[in-house]
Amino acid sequence: MQVRVLVRLKPGVLDPQGRAVHHALEGLGFEGVGDVRVGRMIELDLADGTDEASIRQMCEKLLANTVIENFQIESIG
Amino acid sequence: MAFRAAVITFPGSNCDRDMTTALEAVSGTPALRVWHGDADLPDRLDLITLPGGFSYGDYLRSGAMAATSPIMRAVVAAAERGVPVLGVCNGFQVLTEARLLPGALLRNAGQRFVCRTVELTVGNTTSPFTHGFTAGQTIRIPVAHHDGNYYADAETLDMLEGEGRVAFRYGECPNGSARDIAGVLSANGRVLGMMPHPERAIEPAAVPSLGGADGRRLFENMLASFAAA
Repeated sequence: MQVRVLVRLKPGVLDPQGRAVHHALEGLGFEGVGDVRVGRMIELDLADGTDEASIRQMCEKLLANTVIENFQIESIG
Repeated sequence: MAFRAAVITFPGSNCDRDMTTALEAVSGTPALRVWHGDADLPDRLDLITLPGGFSYGDYLRSGAMAATSPIMRAVVAAAERGVPVLGVCNGFQVLTEARLLPGALLRNAGQRFVCRTVELTVGNTTSPFTHGFTAGQTIRIPVAHHDGNYYADAETLDMLEGEGRVAFRYGECPNGSARDIAGVLSANGRVLGMMPHPERAIEPAAVPSLGGADGRRLFENMLASFAAA
């Protein structure tokens, strides 16, 4: 089974990279870009039947730092 | 008995030698070098140090991979027994990732790597690291980091301030840190994480802008705590 984990900075945590990307998009002439947040996407190839609780533990123990980041788990096949 | 300090080296640490040199210069005893893959620390340690650098190439998040390395289980256990732990720069990042200290270090607000000597104000004078300073004293210590922007939620920041656990604050904040925090202590005051590099300021420099001896005091404080224990 394949799982995709999306890791994002929590709302309210300053994202300097997102701000720089926003600035660069404006510099390229794109208009109407409100806010930009940069996150991380991690794809995991897991043994079939791996339970959701184990995947959540992987996220909480390593893939995300829950002090500053939220994570979202999606099944992709 | 001699002062027994350990310096942990992770793949990508690059201030481990500076830390070793500073410890030996101040204590007169060579520090013990420990590799990240070791499962055990030397016994009877008076101090454990986590040096600066880019452990594991800063993969995933600065300090995240190092926090999972075998030696960190031993470091966490030692800290829980009350062995003093000092994490500098990447070492501070590792301590937050290992949850020995609250908060996290984000990318600098200005996006740039910052490398210069900064003024710090001493905020705690009771820990083994800071007892030789006076409250509000200004010291000059170099910083060199990309991810030094200290973050914690407001409740945690209030708690740190209320409990006197903000060891150092920046005079002029170089990285966007919440409430200008440059270094924080654990609840028992025996774990210190700080972004500035005291090990790079252990002797007066010919050119004042290139260094100074203010960091030496921090090591002398630790040595004095050891002598008093």
